[in-house]
Amino acid sequence: MRRLAAALLAALLCASGASAVSEPMPDQSVIDGTTMPAKLSAFGLFRAGTSEPLSALLPYSLHTPLFSDYAEKHRAVWMPPGTNAPIGRDGVPGFPVGTVIVKSFGWPDWNGGKPVETRLLIRRASGWVALPYIWDADGKDASLAIAGRRIPVTFKSPDGVSHSINYAVPNKNQCKECHSLKGEIVPIGPKANNLEFGADSSRFFSFPAMRIAPMPKWDDPKSGSLQDRARAYLAVNCSHCHNPEGSASNSGLFLRWTDTVTVNYGIEKRPTAAGRGSGGMDFAIAPGDPDHSFLIYRLESLDPGIAMPELGRSTVHKEGAALLRQWIAEMPKDRQKPAS
Amino acid sequence: MRFHSLRHAATLCILAACAAHPAAAKTISVSAGTPDANEKLQEALILAEPGDTVELGAGTWKLTDGLSLDVANVTVRGAGTDEKGSILDFSGQQGAGEGLLVTSDDVLLTGFAVINTKGDGIKSKGADRIVYHKLRVEWTAGPKATNGAYGVYPVESTDVLIDSVFVRGASDAGIYVGQSKNIVVRDSIAQENVAGIEIENSFDADVHDNIATRNTGGILVFDLPSLPQQGGHNVRVFSNEIRDNSTPNFAPKGNIVASVPTGTGVLVMANRNVEVFDNVMESNGTANVMIVGYRYPYEDAKYQPLPRAIVVRDNEHGKAGYAPAFEGGDQIAAALGGSLPPVLWDGAGDAVVLDKVGVLSLGLPDVKTPRSEAKPQPADLSKATLPAALPEIRLPASMEAKVK
Repeated sequence: MRRLAAALLAALLCASGASAVSEPMPDQSVIDGTTMPAKLSAFGLFRAGTSEPLSALLPYSLHTPLFSDYAEKHRAVWMPPGTNAPIGRDGVPGFPVGTVIVKSFGWPDWNGGKPVETRLLIRRASGWVALPYIWDADGKDASLAIAGRRIPVTFKSPDGVSHSINYAVPNKNQCKECHSLKGEIVPIGPKANNLEFGADSSRFFSFPAMRIAPMPKWDDPKSGSLQDRARAYLAVNCSHCHNPEGSASNSGLFLRWTDTVTVNYGIEKRPTAAGRGSGGMDFAIAPGDPDHSFLIYRLESLDPGIAMPELGRSTVHKEGAALLRQWIAEMPKDRQKPAS
Repeated sequence: MRFHSLRHAATLCILAACAAHPAAAKTISVSAGTPDANEKLQEALILAEPGDTVELGAGTWKLTDGLSLDVANVTVRGAGTDEKGSILDFSGQQGAGEGLLVTSDDVLLTGFAVINTKGDGIKSKGADRIVYHKLRVEWTAGPKATNGAYGVYPVESTDVLIDSVFVRGASDAGIYVGQSKNIVVRDSIAQENVAGIEIENSFDADVHDNIATRNTGGILVFDLPSLPQQGGHNVRVFSNEIRDNSTPNFAPKGNIVASVPTGTGVLVMANRNVEVFDNVMESNGTANVMIVGYRYPYEDAKYQPLPRAIVVRDNEHGKAGYAPAFEGGDQIAAALGGSLPPVLWDGAGDAVVLDKVGVLSLGLPDVKTPRSEAKPQPADLSKATLPAALPEIRLPASMEAKVK
């Protein structure tokens, strides 16, 4: 993927000096249509025969990204010429019809850095549509995998440990499980408080007059306090389901950036429907005691009956769990203990 | 019709009964023997359109990932729940929190088995008018703490029918209905689960003509704090057989059902307007009926921890209370000549018991008083004013038609 990034950068540098007229553009009729093309190339979002997005797309990154088995993700967004996304006071961009959010997943040391899959989130007149594509062996195009698939991959995590996993490409329904708000599909990542805007983002986003405070980077102590970085991590990795209108609404555990750290944030919250996900513990978060906080237990498990998040993870995010452990360990223990 | 992708699904066999009409419902048949059975079945569940039936062939499906359905008005129909039927075997499951997840309305699930899921068996969330019919959800090695939590698990739904379902081995509740409204659970068997049948944080439910046996607790009606829907009320538990709920509690500690004493028939906690009548209850070593408050600390100003307007009448009681499995129970039993009466009340809230059996009150006037201050004494709850009788639950005719 590093090579891909370099190529992308080169493409951008070239584009900045050249006339945009000669640049290829995505096929807006396919984007706006009602079909689910069998091949990713049908959308014309990538340079022919490659996994490099056209320079007409805006690459972007996030302060705190969702953990996905240590995959490197390359994100880009496309909006039809003449349109852009006004960012609301709540920081949520109002993406126009015709928007495509593109996210490619891969590892620098797997298959020569080629991506394994690319997910599209397309804003059509009828609403958002989520489509998963798996790259063909030759890396020239990707094929629709509407029912998802498991793909064996091997890579090293940042600590040098080698992982061989059956990486799960989500199916169309699973895309919606995470991208669901009141039963409708919505984008999760690109919110103003988590987007790193590049210099050329003004073509795509228009900003409100008020400044929107950014979320910290979960792994950069200079960007925020321990608690705020833990909250950013939980907001990005958990709150797409753990909110009152998400897939985990019935749990009563709500982990949005805007939620206060109380019982509904897990503090001394008893398990609701956790089953053996509780690991024999009384509370999701036991202040001062990460070893008896089943939120940690679930993040560090790979058993499908225990692991959280339920989707998109076949490895443990050691570094993320360590951050949350430290946060819980440093919480004062002096809250009232239950008399059982 | 948007079915280009089906060309790639060579093993999917489309039987369009009436091709002349574009909206004609069709049957998508999927076979257990397909090499990519998991992917093909999931593909069928995604490509189905409202009105369609996804037909599961007979045989054992070896599945590695959870399945999901998000299309309204689809029927998933198998060839039966026994060995010759359609068995979705999740013994090798690698991902997802349940075997099958339904998130769309007006779905009928019928005639198949789901076994050995790592998490829950079949979950439906926000799926109104769902019908679970002639299903088996089972952890085939019997009660084990490593089994999944819930067998059949509808949550946040309006109009739920569970009819002729068999559930065994759930480490929480075999049949669990949570945060829902207008519910019927009938003609089902819950065996060797921690809780056989549990109605939690729900409104308007009829639980009748079921068999709850060899669970830790037979039928539970609960309300818990800090959840989006609470204030459980209007639940009728009637004409059930609730026998021999004697399996030692195997729920992971911390879960609320881990506190259910072995040998509990019916347990009502922190609900209002619950009627328990015309049941046959016997061989429940702690009690045939327990009525209690929620006795844990909570931070939820809206929560009501007491049982209120509970009615127990016209039940047939066999032996009970001979092996009370709560702390101090054996001393109380010894003081009472060896066993407890069949009905146990913790002393907080209000209940009417018209059955001609003994009632033991623990004499705890509120949920704050610790159990150590219990003053066990016989109670006569037959004189209290009877609350107005609850009406029968009626489901939409479209749901009843599906199980005719």
